Amino acid sequence: MQEFIEFGLGGIGIGMIYAAIALSLVLIWRGTRVLNYSQGGMAMFTTYVAWVVISHTGNYWLGFAAALASGLILGAILERTVVRPTVGKSPLNSVIVTIGLLIFLEGLAGIIYGGQYRSFPAAYSVRGLKIGTFSLGISPSDLFTAAAVLAAALALALVFRYTTVGLRLRATAFNSSVARLLGIRIGRVLTLGWALAGLFGALAGVLVTPSTFLYPNSMDSIFVLGFTAAVIGGLDSPVGAVVGGVLLGVVLSYAGGYLGNDLVLVYGLVVLALVLMIRPSGLFSSAVARRV
Amino acid sequence: MTLLRHLAVAIVVAVILALISVQIGSYRDYQMAEVAAYVVAVAGLTLLIGLSGQISVGNGAFMAVGGYGGALLMIHLNWPLELVLLASVVIAAVSGAIFGVAAARLRGPYLAGATLMLAVALPTLADQYAGVFGGDQGLSVTINTPAFLGATFPPTRWLAWVTCAAALIVLVLLANLGRSRIGRSWRAVRDDEVAASLAGLNVARLQILAFVVSAACAGLGGTLLAVVTGIVAPGAYTLTLSIGLLTAAVLGGLGSLLGAVWGSLVLVLVPSYLTNVAASHGLSGAASSSIPIAAYGVVLIIVMLVFPAGIQGGLRRLFGPAAPAAAVPINVLRRRRPASEHQKEGTT
Repeated sequence: MQEFIEFGLGGIGIGMIYAAIALSLVLIWRGTRVLNYSQGGMAMFTTYVAWVVISHTGNYWLGFAAALASGLILGAILERTVVRPTVGKSPLNSVIVTIGLLIFLEGLAGIIYGGQYRSFPAAYSVRGLKIGTFSLGISPSDLFTAAAVLAAALALALVFRYTTVGLRLRATAFNSSVARLLGIRIGRVLTLGWALAGLFGALAGVLVTPSTFLYPNSMDSIFVLGFTAAVIGGLDSPVGAVVGGVLLGVVLSYAGGYLGNDLVLVYGLVVLALVLMIRPSGLFSSAVARRV
Repeated sequence: MTLLRHLAVAIVVAVILALISVQIGSYRDYQMAEVAAYVVAVAGLTLLIGLSGQISVGNGAFMAVGGYGGALLMIHLNWPLELVLLASVVIAAVSGAIFGVAAARLRGPYLAGATLMLAVALPTLADQYAGVFGGDQGLSVTINTPAFLGATFPPTRWLAWVTCAAALIVLVLLANLGRSRIGRSWRAVRDDEVAASLAGLNVARLQILAFVVSAACAGLGGTLLAVVTGIVAPGAYTLTLSIGLLTAAVLGGLGSLLGAVWGSLVLVLVPSYLTNVAASHGLSGAASSSIPIAAYGVVLIIVMLVFPAGIQGGLRRLFGPAAPAAAVPINVLRRRRPASEHQKEGTT
């Protein structure tokens, strides 16, 4: 019983990381129909920014803020410079461009910071919490992770629902031509979408890196699982991204806990295959018919 | 007639390659063998994406299937090389069929996601069943130079001959496949699935077939690469390999077999060249090994933004005859934006 609860809570904790990555992918996919393969590379890079700030100032929160800010800026810059020209062309063009960005960012991090593994601090203690002698299997750091992602997702939902900016984002995602005719400046909205995605990626990077170390490829497997979570959720739906992330985290945590940790990625493949066999476009996808 | 023409070109190229391989040193021979192994895998991928319109970010996984399958057959059953290569094609084709059937309903990003996960997940099996697959160390593969060539014949030249011969055979077969009824059906499915199925084509079967062909090529390429490098290990089949294959296919020009050759040349030669340049300018080891990676990314972005049809598309635009009007995809008539250039025909 204790193990069961431990694995479940631990799974929710790591699942929130996948959810943050999945959310960043969904934000971009909804607006531009671009799959951002460079999301993991962007998150890795902003985490290096945080690492530099923390090691110079000794202040964790300054680094945390620097990562989020650089995520916003990096997302906006990349959208304006290299992604914008591919929108509206064959989907393969944007796939290749974002893969190119991923490789470029990883290479750049290797040139600037070297390839060695660096430890990255956590905001709070990583020692497990206990109620009496009953171990919960989660630490204050895990709680902070879950709370931070939930708060960010909630804030995003509120922005989407209640602000003019959110209305513009939704309108553009729904139909960009109509939105443009109604006087929305699509370009700015798309840049904002990328900036927000950069923010969520940066958040995931700072939160997960204490448990993975920091190196140029440190976000690769996290990104693949976040991608899987987004696909499970249906790519179109922010709710689906969060549900997919938590679902994947919990299933992988139980599978890893009871069946052994070495094959976690294979279990991830099995989960993805099962979901896609039942619903080829994910759990929460809004698109019923395929455009022909 | 096409078959004869392709065969004649292949024989001429084979003679030229044999002459070149005698002239160059053993390291260049090795690189030649490496390029040929990649050509096989990239050619299958470029056919899958360019002709059938499906994307795979995970063909490195099928290279791993072929590499490990071939290595196990050589180590435990002592099969001769020709049989091992044939068997690896079959093994990879079967695994491609299984995956293709499971993924037949997936489109675009969902297919990309599934193949991405496959590429990352499959190599972890090698660690798990270390008794069979040798774990992190992998399995070592050795082939002997045949006796009739003499004892002093350089082994790397023999490797170059074997891999180039295999690559030429694959290219001839794929070129004919692309021009056949199956190739035309793939293009029909790529341009408009609904129209193709209304015309009586079995869309799902054609798409699975494309997956099987590309997996078989990747499997053969994986076995060849294992023979060339002498080892199969999980570290060789990372996500980087799958992305490298995709990069080569796009750089060369999707759908173009000649483009697959250009792409493979870039894939093998540019990183080693850039590392040498960086090292000779006194950069540290870590930094100089990262420069080719970063440069690679820059090249990918620039090529996609400036020459979306890749190297072969650019060459054709520079030197080739003007594209006939009929080669413009019919989509242009229906869509506001013209379809991108790499959807144009190309099986040169």
